Amino acid sequence: MSLQMISVILGSLTIASGLMVVLSKHPIRSVIYLVITFFFISAMYILMNAQFLAIVNMIVYAGAIMVLFLFVLMLLNLNKEMEPESTRMSVITAVIAGGTLFLVMITALRDTFQYGKGYVQVAVQDAGLVEKLGKLLFSKYLVPFEISSILFIAAMVGAVLLAKREKQIID
Amino acid sequence: MEQLNNIGASLDFYIFVSIALFSIGAIGVLTRKNMIVLLMCIELMLNAVNLLLVTFSTFFGNGEAQIFVFFIIVVAAAEATIGLSILIMAYRNSKSIDIEMFNKLNG
Repeated sequence: MSLQMISVILGSLTIASGLMVVLSKHPIRSVIYLVITFFFISAMYILMNAQFLAIVNMIVYAGAIMVLFLFVLMLLNLNKEMEPESTRMSVITAVIAGGTLFLVMITALRDTFQYGKGYVQVAVQDAGLVEKLGKLLFSKYLVPFEISSILFIAAMVGAVLLAKREKQIID
Repeated sequence: MEQLNNIGASLDFYIFVSIALFSIGAIGVLTRKNMIVLLMCIELMLNAVNLLLVTFSTFFGNGEAQIFVFFIIVVAAAEATIGLSILIMAYRNSKSIDIEMFNKLNG
């Protein structure tokens, strides 16, 4: 079984589970399908020898962010189908708009397809290893790395401030 | 050709997958009314961009794009946190997570 075949299977599974995120009616099922999609994307990272990002994607996305979504869903007890139906016209319009976006981007990126029938070579690449990325992150990109910690503190303070239950002054 | 098949997967297939994921996310943002599902579709679009960046990073053998993917993940985590807390606040005020509720905000 060649790597090409594995990647085709993984890619079609990714697209299928991504479609199920949009199509399923229950929000909880959407969350589960999104976690599955993230795991498939992590598998594609491993296929491209980007080991650090595969682990980070699994821990941060499938672990932390999706658990946050699940917590909010269960905390607010929202697992009912309380979503009002979109009108048929808006669904058709959205599908046409999304299909047009797909076609335009495929056409725009068609030039890259001419890179000599390019293959993403796995065996010779070591750009995604932890050692290389760590050296890069702590030398050239040190300042953005530190700034991202300030972003996290701001996000944390903002989240606590927004979700805090305020005293009712006006009834 | 047999030898080519064993060194990796083709570039255009990865581009196809990531563009398809991005379009699915865009269609979800346009059709769904539930705010949580909307946020999840945005995460899906961010992941499509990440996949494309990692593909080209591996293709050209340059690790800097993966640093940018790392920062995108950081920003996505902050964005999801703030979005969900805004959602909780909106749900407390109106007992609904319909996105149409924000139409009331226009003065």
